[in-house]
Amino acid sequence: MTDTLTRTAAPQRAAADRRTRRSPGRVRAFFKHLLLIACVVVMLYPALWMVVSSLRPNDEIFRSPGLVLTDLETGNYEAGWNAFEHPFGFFMVNSAIVVLGAIVGNLIACSMAAYGFARLEFTGRRWWFAIMLLTLMLPVHVIIVPQYVLFSEFGWVNTFLPLIVPKFLATDAFFVFLMVQFIRGIPKELDEAARIDGAGHPRIYFRIVLPLMVPALATTAIFTFIWTWNDFFSQLIYLIDPDMHTVPLALRAFVDQQAGTNWGATFAMSVVSLLPVFLVFLFGQRYLLRGIATTGGK
Amino acid sequence: MTATDELRGLRDSRAKSKPQNKAAFWFLLPWFLGLFAVTLGPMAASLYLSFTKYNLLQPPEFIGFANFERMLTDERLHSSLAVTFTYVLVSVPIQLALALGLAILLDRGIRGLAFYRSVFYLPSLLGASVAIAVLWRTVFGTDGLFNEGLGFLGIEGRGWISDPETALSTLITLNVWTFGSPMVIFLAGLRQIPAMYYEAAAVDGASPLRRFTSVTLPLLTPIIFFNLVLQIIHAFQSFTQAFIVSSGTGGPVDSTLFISLYLYQRGFGNFDMGYASALAWLLLVIIAAFTAINFWASKYWVYYDD
Repeated sequence: MTDTLTRTAAPQRAAADRRTRRSPGRVRAFFKHLLLIACVVVMLYPALWMVVSSLRPNDEIFRSPGLVLTDLETGNYEAGWNAFEHPFGFFMVNSAIVVLGAIVGNLIACSMAAYGFARLEFTGRRWWFAIMLLTLMLPVHVIIVPQYVLFSEFGWVNTFLPLIVPKFLATDAFFVFLMVQFIRGIPKELDEAARIDGAGHPRIYFRIVLPLMVPALATTAIFTFIWTWNDFFSQLIYLIDPDMHTVPLALRAFVDQQAGTNWGATFAMSVVSLLPVFLVFLFGQRYLLRGIATTGGK
Repeated sequence: MTATDELRGLRDSRAKSKPQNKAAFWFLLPWFLGLFAVTLGPMAASLYLSFTKYNLLQPPEFIGFANFERMLTDERLHSSLAVTFTYVLVSVPIQLALALGLAILLDRGIRGLAFYRSVFYLPSLLGASVAIAVLWRTVFGTDGLFNEGLGFLGIEGRGWISDPETALSTLITLNVWTFGSPMVIFLAGLRQIPAMYYEAAAVDGASPLRRFTSVTLPLLTPIIFFNLVLQIIHAFQSFTQAFIVSSGTGGPVDSTLFISLYLYQRGFGNFDMGYASALAWLLLVIIAAFTAINFWASKYWVYYDD
């Protein structure tokens, strides 16, 4: 950046300068990477240690802070998988049902609402939009008690419905906002051209806007997957029967039951429970990073 | 354009073309239903319930301000407020400072940016999970990984989670660990600062430190503000980590009893739904007050280009 000043100086001096200045630059880059790698190690160490520990015999786990495995002990996975009254896969299927329902609901309802906010003029639009943004900041606790009463009146406690139906009503304002931002970036000329050809709003929504907002839909699907898969509070409240338990609930029950005796199996199932999130992150991070950069995720 | 900008822009905008109310009604029907049936309706109901005694079995009994009077003498509530405030006011600034620091380190076309960004971002996806909370419980346990590490340095550890002095700090650490998502937002913000500002500053002979304090920092204040608002709201609602680390008790000695956890214990442990609703409204008022103060204070430190 100071190059602009030195460029006018005599060539000899510039050459000498470059030699002395280049090495501090390199040294600086070296220390930068050293610092960053130190951060990476500190941050990832606990998670890596969990993965490694899940492959160790129980009596070795707390005696080995290192990450080197002497031999592979897969028994923890077998023991953990079958430690509940259902195999762990049963809870993963339950979680998958909730996640799938939530994704479908969010994709349909949020994209419809977003189209309305981004493309249609209606009475009080600004204020409805502001209310939508405010619900983004509303703590779930304020509505959980009456919502619980309402859903138990419907006989929905111990079903997946309280976790899925609200998604079909666009209650995740974050995604509505994300999609509104995205639709605003789609040129309006496309809509107008379609309107001249006689297309109504449903047709513009289906044929023009939806196909163009696939990246925003992907971001929504991925975030919904991860947040619903990890969600604990509402699942804890609505799913009491062990037959309806999802992965986080099963894991929590397991930890409390064996009160820290079988850490190998606990870690093994923790790893299994995080694996889907990790895979989705691995393949979908492009959409995640873009989504969070445009709207600011959690 | 962030949510906070949207709310600011509310004042100076008015509708231009003719309304399309009918089409809008159908597109927004699911959202309207959700707003009234799942959000505003239950909100109103919980406001009413906060003035009642209600255990789910008998109909709610109106008791006036008794729940709110009870708050004044409820020792556990007071300690849960202290715990929650400490958690929010300590963890959010550290988390954001770390996010900003690393975003700046990563900004200038550093090699391996994609790798670092992914690695730093991953914990914010995992941090809310039960599995990570379980991991934290063991890492900071008496013979956990953290004490092993301290042992290498010749420092004697303790049971960080079983000691009421330090239990909360392990949860603060966990929240700091999820600095990746504000960091990604900072990175996006840094990229939007026009290079010509830096060039102009360089021509004027500004030192790197000066360029940071006079160009980067002022232009980044809207993003800092946005992250601050968001993370404070988010941190006030933390639940899972405290629940798992303390097996749902908020212990030891209520040292990890977040207000959300106390509310859960009252409402869904003791079926004291009236008081739980009052606590929920207290939480809402606290969050709203913090957000309002943030918006008010932003006049003095947030720099807007327009």
